[in-house]
Order: sequence, then structure tokens, then C-alpha cells
Amino acid sequence: MGELLVKDKEVVVPGEILSVGMDYLPATGTFREGENIIASKLGLASIDGRLIKLIPLSGKYLPKPRDIIIGKVIDLTFTGWRVDLNSAYTALLSVKDATSDFVSRGADLTRYYNLGDYMMAKIINVTSQNLVDLTLKGPGLRKLGEGRIIYVAPNKVPRIIGKQGSMVMMIKDYTKCQILVGQNGVVWISGQPMGEVVAVNAIRKIEAESHMAGLTERMKAFLESQKVG
Amino acid sequence: MVFTKRPDGRKFEETRPIEAKVGIIKRADGSAYFKIGDTIAYAAVYGPRELYPKFLQDPSKGVLRCRYNMMPFSGAGERVRPGQSRRSREISLVTERALLPAMNLEEFPNAVVDVFIELPQTDAGTRCAGICAASMALADAGIAMKDMVAAVSCGKVDDKVLIDLNYAEESYEDGPVADIPVAMMPRTEKITLLQMDGEISKEEIMKALEMTKKVCKDIYEIQKSALKKKFQVGETNESGA
Repeated sequence: MGELLVKDKEVVVPGEILSVGMDYLPATGTFREGENIIASKLGLASIDGRLIKLIPLSGKYLPKPRDIIIGKVIDLTFTGWRVDLNSAYTALLSVKDATSDFVSRGADLTRYYNLGDYMMAKIINVTSQNLVDLTLKGPGLRKLGEGRIIYVAPNKVPRIIGKQGSMVMMIKDYTKCQILVGQNGVVWISGQPMGEVVAVNAIRKIEAESHMAGLTERMKAFLESQKVG
Repeated sequence: MVFTKRPDGRKFEETRPIEAKVGIIKRADGSAYFKIGDTIAYAAVYGPRELYPKFLQDPSKGVLRCRYNMMPFSGAGERVRPGQSRRSREISLVTERALLPAMNLEEFPNAVVDVFIELPQTDAGTRCAGICAASMALADAGIAMKDMVAAVSCGKVDDKVLIDLNYAEESYEDGPVADIPVAMMPRTEKITLLQMDGEISKEEIMKALEMTKKVCKDIYEIQKSALKKKFQVGETNESGA
């Protein structure tokens, strides 16, 4: 009979034994060694039936196919653009995935995206060597105009978005800003300057306090106190 | 024999008082502080990030790069020339090798994880303190690891086998001294660093390593509680916002 050594949602450290016996199965962030299931990262142990997985509490963004990210153009190549992902790896956006226009060979690519432009894009493919391909074909994927960019911890992104987007909707309503959150921890905010400042502060507050209970209520109170006009 | 009592009154198998904290350097991806007696180590981890120059990249796995440095005013203040020395390059290398067996860098091909260890105050046992701090900082940075690494020095002063030598013991002049820094993965009890300065008999080294094994597990518990403490303020709310 297998034995569980940790509680659900308990903080565990790398190398910590989570369970003994073959009744449990290792999922993401854990591995099996002999009879034991062991944590491979710092995070929260999450027990779902027989599966034990690990929700990481820190770490850099690792590109995953189908993620919607906000990237920055850092270089131009023969066939497209090189895009920074706020990660250890950069992505390549080819002309074919960027526009449906006909672009002749050797055309000036800066007409579409110039160095320093930000864009909301989708990751199509990630290879074993973490070479990343992007596309801009899809609903809501576009070049981002005026606004401000902030960087947050990628593992806090689900907290900023909230359930079915509830948290980001609330911030949008109170600050009258447009907000886009990339899975890679890059956030684009555009609106009136005062609203933008409140939105930045709100997101920073979520980042700092997301592990404490009653986040939604506290955020509501915070936004109410900062209300513009 | 003359050496019957340790200068600071510790028991032979007792370490100096240990203090550990995680997440002290804001800009770093992971950081830690490890204090053992009068030796203080800070470690900061950056990465995984892009590695340049490109010829240093490894397409099969990520690269770990460590830098160990004693600050110019540390120790007795005699290391006035800042920067890398022969000694610090060696310790950077052995630190890297002590940490690598515990790491799982396959996730990050062609990338690098940088570990910086700085020692503002030293009283012997710096490489061990550095390894303890670095291992905590790596875990804090969210990098996949098979185990933590705990390190402590053991050795012999005169005819006594003991743990965690301080500078006064290391430089004892009236008898033979052996100083053996040991790093260990506490779960599997595998040794990842074993160096020695001085001389010691086979029986004594076995006894010293047996003592070290127990102490490393105690240090592991301290590292573990420091890491958990960072995230245990109030109730967790990770299931939903």
C-alpha cells in the first residue's frame, strides 16, 4: 500500500520524497526513483487522484506550443523577424506567418515590424533544442501600439488573469485601460496615464500577494481606493 | 595531547550556529544567504539565459557557471586585491562540480545558469558555505534538481576528529591538522565534493565522514525550512484567484 508523505498544496523543495510505493504516479515536476516519487523543483505539491504533480513557484518562462505571448522584435533576418520572449530562448517569426500580403524576395521587412516593436503572437512549434516558431495569424494576434510594457514572474500569470479572465477584467473596468497578458510574463497596458499607473500598481500587488487568501476582495478594495475620475 | 577543548567551546561533532535565508537579492532569479559562525555567503542565480560566446554552448544540456569570490575586506582583510585569483578559480570549479550531479539541465539546451557566490566575511569553511547558499539559490530560481546539496567541512586537529573547523582550528600549530570539505546530496548520501588539506589516517577519515553524513542532513533540514519559509506567509491561494 502506497503512502503519501505530503499534504495537498504543501510547499516542497527539490529532492523531497513525496510518496512511497507504486500506488501514486509522477506527473510534471516530479520523478520516480525506485519506490519513491520525488519533487524536482521548488513548488506546491498537488495531488489529483493517483497523480502527484508540482506547481512551480518560481522560474523563467519556457516556450510551449500554443502559448500566446508578447514578444519584442530584436533582429531582422532574410525571411522574418527574431523575437525576444523574456526567456532563455528567442523565437523566429517568418514572413509567411506574419502577413497574408505578398512580400517579394528582398523586400524591406521593417514596413511590417521594425526593431523594438512589440507583438502579441502565438507559439506554433518548439523543437527539442527550444527553437521557437511564432505566428500572428489568429484572433487577437497583432502588433501592439502605444502603451507600457511590464515584466512579471511567468508563474504569476494565471493569478493576474484570474478565473475566466475575472481578475484582468476587473482591472480593465476600474482603470479604463486595455490590458494584454502574455503567458511569458510580459504585460501590455494602454490607456490614460493615470489609469496606466493604477493598473501597473495593481499588477505588482497581485504579484506580491497572490499566495495569500482573499486576493480578489483585496484587489477590489485597492482598485476602489485608487479609482480615477 | 594538548588539544582537548575547541577554542569556541563547541563539541567535536557540533557545527557553528547556522542561519539561512532565501530570496534576499531582488533582481536575481534566485538568491540565498548562508551564515555558519563567522563565515557569511551570499549566492545569486541568474538564468537560464542565453549563453555567449556561442562556442561555450552545449546543445545536449544547459551549462552551469559558478563564480566564487571572497570580498577584499573579508577574512583578516589581507585579500586586498579584488577579482579572481588562482584559489578562487579552483573553488569556482569545484563548486560547479559539487552542484552539477544534483542538477537537471536537460530542459535548457544551449542556455546557461549563472551562480555568483560572494563572501563578505570569512572564518574558514567558505567553499562549503558557498555551496550551501548556491544550492538554495538554485532551488529558489525554480531550476529542476534531483536533490539539494549540503556541505560542511570535517577534519582533524591534533588527535581529535571534528566537524566544521573555524580559522583558529585550521591554523592550529602545535599538532597535525586535516581540513576536509565535503558536499553531499542528503537524500542519496552521495558525495559530490571531497578535498583535503593536511594529513589523516584511513580510520580517522572514515570516522570523520560518518560524522559529516549526519551533520549534512541537519544542514539540509535548515536549507529546507529556509526555502519553505519564503512561501509560507499566510494561507496559500494557488488553486484560484
